[in-house]
Amino acid sequence: MQIIVCVKAVPDTATRIKIASNGQKIDQEGVKYALGPYDARACAKAIELRDAIKGDSKVIAIASGFSDGERDAKKRLKDVLALGADKGVFIADPDPEHRDPLSVAQALAAAIKAQGKWDLVLFGRQAVDDQNLAVGPMTAALLGVACVTDAVALEVTGDKAVVTRAAESRTETIEVKLPACVTAQRDLAEEKYPKLKDILGAGKKPIETFAFAWPAPAWEVKKLSAPPPRQAGKIVGEGPDAVPKLLELLQSEAKALTF
Amino acid sequence: MASKIVVFAEVRDGRFKKAALECLSEARKLKGELGGGDVTAVVVGGAQVSSLAPSLGAYGADRVLVASADWLERYDGEAYSKLVVAAVSAEKPDVVLIAASLDGKDLAPRVAALLGAGLAADVTAAKVEGGKLQITRPVYAGKAYATLEVKTTPQVISVRPNAFPAEQKTGTAQVSPLAISFKPEDLPSKVLEVKAAKTGKADLTEAERIVSGGRGLKGPENFKIIEELAEEIGATVGASRAVVDSGWRPHSDQVGQTGKTVSPNLYVAVGVSGAIQHLAGMSTSKCIVAINKDKDAPIFKVADYGIVGDLFEVVPRMTAEVRKLKGK
Ligand SMILES: Cc1cc2nc3c(=O)[nH]c(=O)nc-3n(C[C@H](O)[C@H](O)[C@H](O)COP(=O)(O)OP(=O)(O)OC[C@H]3O[C@@H](n4cnc5c(N)ncnc54)[C@H](O)[C@@H]3O)c2cc1C
Ligand SMILES: Nc1ncnc2c1ncn2[C@@H]1O[C@H](COP(=O)(O)O)[C@@H](O)[C@H]1O
Repeated sequence: MQIIVCVKAVPDTATRIKIASNGQKIDQEGVKYALGPYDARACAKAIELRDAIKGDSKVIAIASGFSDGERDAKKRLKDVLALGADKGVFIADPDPEHRDPLSVAQALAAAIKAQGKWDLVLFGRQAVDDQNLAVGPMTAALLGVACVTDAVALEVTGDKAVVTRAAESRTETIEVKLPACVTAQRDLAEEKYPKLKDILGAGKKPIETFAFAWPAPAWEVKKLSAPPPRQAGKIVGEGPDAVPKLLELLQSEAKALTF
Repeated sequence: MASKIVVFAEVRDGRFKKAALECLSEARKLKGELGGGDVTAVVVGGAQVSSLAPSLGAYGADRVLVASADWLERYDGEAYSKLVVAAVSAEKPDVVLIAASLDGKDLAPRVAALLGAGLAADVTAAKVEGGKLQITRPVYAGKAYATLEVKTTPQVISVRPNAFPAEQKTGTAQVSPLAISFKPEDLPSKVLEVKAAKTGKADLTEAERIVSGGRGLKGPENFKIIEELAEEIGATVGASRAVVDSGWRPHSDQVGQTGKTVSPNLYVAVGVSGAIQHLAGMSTSKCIVAINKDKDAPIFKVADYGIVGDLFEVVPRMTAEVRKLKGK
């Protein structure tokens, strides 16, 4: 079985985001990049599935993105190789920041098709930078296969997968024909941390380059701006005696409560 | 330039979601700004949805297309996306609006990709400039906002719940059926089992009021005091990641960069320190209240109102005072 996992290098969630002086990109100074937290779960699951399936199973990690410096997406492919993936595929994107999700899905779909036979493609439910929550289902639609989003459990039996999906106010168990795409919710797998020898060993595993002719983007980002600043508000008081005043303010001033 | 807008109007528990009505009201407004045109709502659901459809006129639908069948009662991404795409292919709109509810977030990208259309997800503001739609959406988990123009026709936009007002006016909509050209057996996936979690309460993503608890609660049993306050003010309960990681609450309750992004009218953070990843998920809330015993907790930097104090004294007092105000 051939399992593909799509991963993105994203700014670490603890990073403060500053906007560059051109008002369109973020200031890269001091920004640390990491594997997206949901992508990490998808990787852990892909490797777990491969190890559970006998025979000639492989995990291929695909990343599209920057090719330089701290933000280099190949570094994140190395992370996945250290976790146990067999091969990395890198798609160089000349302008990845805010690349629209349809274009990303087109690039990934092309790279996936180029892998020949594939049974399952895993994604994170969302990239914590662009937060499109879209690239997984879009790629599936472009590949013409089913997609189950927000998976919290996944089992493969023969040519089918059974996926548990954390949907709105319900949990669904869905049977899907392979090949298919699945996006990982946090509970899909435990996050794994590579051992030093695996980190060293990852250097010997292959990272191939997939050349993609990027089409005109589906959107044009005009500007990036800081969120409207929130004024630090007022401390209404200390302890439970401040409660009546708070409730009064919530009703009369903030108009956030009515009875 | 006249414009055509298609809105997917999501139904839950036999009613249109407020988020769907927000989308329609926004469509009506954009139609005006784009120089007229028409708004078509698409409704998919069980047998009862046909009777609900006419009410959408008051929120801005000129026409409503209804696909109803018993097996469509519950959301299914494969089936719903095919139907919305069929409606869009027939209507040829310029813009497709879908509420970014949890199900809407699953639907919008499928629809966009099947149409070969660009998608702007979880949009918080939209305006027309020079006849073009300018979209604002949060990126980096709300640490920045991108203003953009989608270049494809149609363009698909998923709209963040609670970001736009739902406005009821007068108006009638012409209702017609949307043909269902496939059977459930034709779909590549099959739902084997459904377990309902909590019903009735709005999901965090769409909730108008949220009371969130953090590690300050000290243990899962103490969430009772959060639940009681939430019950009195009609709020949904949320949690910080520290609480979820400790197994006190399910992951579906987590607010933040790796949980749910919320923008309720009122967000009450109880015993939550306000870590950057938590703030990322809730700082677009309209009114933020913090209750924390540490006056230097970062949550106070974003809170509109704060009480410095022991949550075990403050929160039960709040519940009691609210009951008094409600005349209980
Ligand atoms: C990759 C990554 C992703 C993350 N994603 C998220 C996310 O999505 N959401 C999220 O929330 N966090 C997230 N975090 C975790 C985040 O960094 C914080 O650790 C977490 O938010 C802290 O939770 P807390 O505020 O409940 O706990 P603490 O930081 O421990 O704060 C507890 C607060 O309770 C107060 N308190 C204690 N006792 C009382 C009392 N009796 N009365 C009143 N106040 C009291 C304390 O003063 C303190 O401010 C993430 C972290 C990482 C590394
Ligand atoms: N540039 C990329 N390269 C590889 N995978 C990606 C890329 N962008 C997004 N993905 C995958 O798609 C998921 C959802 O991303 P998004 O739709 O942007 O929120 C991520 O968690 C990744 O698994």
